[in-house]
Amino acid sequence: MKYFKYSAGPLISIILSLIIGAIFIILIGQDPAEVYVKMFTDTLGNSYGIGQVLFKATPLILTGLSVAFAFRAGLFNIGAEGQMTVGAFASAWAGFTFTSMPWIVLIPLCIISGFLAGAFWAAIAGYLKARFGSHEVINTIMLNFIAMALVSYLVNNIYLVPATIHTPEISPNAVLLRFDVITGMFKGSPFNLSFVIAAAVCIIIYYVIRKTPFGYRINTLGYNINAAEYAGMNVKRLTVYAMAIAGGLAGLAGLNFVNGYKHYFELGFSENAGYVGIAVALIARNNPFAIIIIAVFFGVLEYGGLTVNTLVPKEIVTILQGIIILLIITITKYFDKKFKLAKA
Amino acid sequence: MKTTINLILSFILALTITSCGKKENTENNTGKLKVGLVFDVGGRGDKSFNDAAYRGLEKAKQELGIEFEYIEPGPGADREAALRQFSSRKDIAVIFGIGFIFTDEITKIAQEFPDKKYACVDYTVDPSKTIPPNLVALEFKEEEGSFLVGAIAGLLTKSNKVGFVGGMDSPLIKKFQVSYEAGVKHVNPGGQILVGYAGVTGDAFKNPGRGKELALGQYNDGVDIIYHASGVTGLGVFEAAREMKKFAIGVDSDQNDEAPGYIITSMVKVVDVSVFEVIKEVKEGTFKGGRVETFGLKTKGVDYAYTDKNKHMIPDEVKAKVEVIRQDIIDGKITIPTK
Repeated sequence: MKYFKYSAGPLISIILSLIIGAIFIILIGQDPAEVYVKMFTDTLGNSYGIGQVLFKATPLILTGLSVAFAFRAGLFNIGAEGQMTVGAFASAWAGFTFTSMPWIVLIPLCIISGFLAGAFWAAIAGYLKARFGSHEVINTIMLNFIAMALVSYLVNNIYLVPATIHTPEISPNAVLLRFDVITGMFKGSPFNLSFVIAAAVCIIIYYVIRKTPFGYRINTLGYNINAAEYAGMNVKRLTVYAMAIAGGLAGLAGLNFVNGYKHYFELGFSENAGYVGIAVALIARNNPFAIIIIAVFFGVLEYGGLTVNTLVPKEIVTILQGIIILLIITITKYFDKKFKLAKA
Repeated sequence: MKTTINLILSFILALTITSCGKKENTENNTGKLKVGLVFDVGGRGDKSFNDAAYRGLEKAKQELGIEFEYIEPGPGADREAALRQFSSRKDIAVIFGIGFIFTDEITKIAQEFPDKKYACVDYTVDPSKTIPPNLVALEFKEEEGSFLVGAIAGLLTKSNKVGFVGGMDSPLIKKFQVSYEAGVKHVNPGGQILVGYAGVTGDAFKNPGRGKELALGQYNDGVDIIYHASGVTGLGVFEAAREMKKFAIGVDSDQNDEAPGYIITSMVKVVDVSVFEVIKEVKEGTFKGGRVETFGLKTKGVDYAYTDKNKHMIPDEVKAKVEVIRQDIIDGKITIPTK
């Protein structure tokens, strides 16, 4: 019954949004059954589709985790998009600069570069909040703009491969292998080892939040900042640390595209994963394991949208995705009240 | 609660039943040639490149009786997925990628699906790599069109000074500039050409303010006709022409409507024709991949705009001279510099 209570909201809202979506699809003169069946069979009906879904889910796990971690500390990280962008660029930069290094050094270097770049970017927002009290929502949004412009400048002016919109390729030693290369499954899909990294990071964050003194401090800060201060915690330093870790997690989200798929940094690669991560964290109630499930669900929506694009215009797909997210958030809240569920 | 669950279950059931009946319909092969086209990031409605490709599809549908489907992927990972989606379908025989951005992906997918035919508009040709035998790279001879509009400008200028405004300072746009200059000099060896670029980044293609500034500067220096190859930045050039009562030349598609009466002509790049031609070749069984298909003046793949809207601005004797030059280029009597 406990699981039913927690999953009733999301389940009912998914069904409801399918019905609303069906009305939209009828209005544009298509058959909703055909659209839904195609969406379902093309995403989860074969191993290529599943691979695509998991590939789409990978960055969302990390950006969702980033937003959720900041939430734990009572901070709204709207900046995962920018943190992910600088992180992805840093991973690519490490990959195409230190080409002579063996994989055992280079892969960790790419991972650490991505984490540190994202962490640095978010720490700026955290520091401004801690030092001057400027709200982290504004700080992170502004830093998103700066990140986009900065990275696009670097790519266009310094690291551009002529007649493309991407940087040079990273060394083969920096590549995170694709599962179709390793196992022969998911043939053709770019689903790669960064999914394993994302899942491992979920476990680490779960452990940190639940089992360590640092996690305890983060939680206390989130529940009641005054209590945290009264208990003698250095609230300012904690704010910067919390943002830095959140940013680092988002910074890792670029590995999927850069080291796992294209092997270069390309402008526009993010597909808004930083913003979608906010919805992922909200629906998953900031639980690291629920984030994996919800990210996969969003992966189905995103890849599913592409599979039915020949039947339904891109805009309608985006509207449907928006409706589903809104319904899930509102109906889940309704059930929370009805079943008197505590905040997770 | 129970009723809700019942409702849900019956809805799912209804879905499954209707879909079972539907299945055969969608898989039904009508025997017509079917084309799949993947748009550039801009997607349909960009008034330029993508819309031109769509016009080619529409024309093929009407004149050749083909069917088509298209996908508008976002930036990033979706391009390959979209190409693969069409490639893995039995009923689709030809797949298009629109824009240089598809170069890597379409090469890879074409190798993976040797039974399908592929075409890529503005494919970036890399001499060190071979083009797969089932892929045709569509390349446009922008320099031939630019040479012709250069000749028009050189013949029409009264101040003996013409201008060029480029977007991003890059080899691609240099090609427009150099061939335009050659066109001017060809008909008017004493003509002067002023050149300006809006910037060194991709943003230089979407900065109308800078475009206007550059154009005003050139007009003030005595220039009376400016050719632009600068995307949206060119709208600023047109604005300056309107303000100064001087003239401009458009690029890519017929831009007459942006500033009627001030745009003498446009260097038109006929993406729709290229799409149509490839489909026609497939239909007639003459499709040959592994090569670069060049669209120049000969096939009217590039041209200058000459319609009811702008022909009053190009006197007949000028048109006659330009047509001679066109023939000379086609016959190879004129070599056009590109660098």
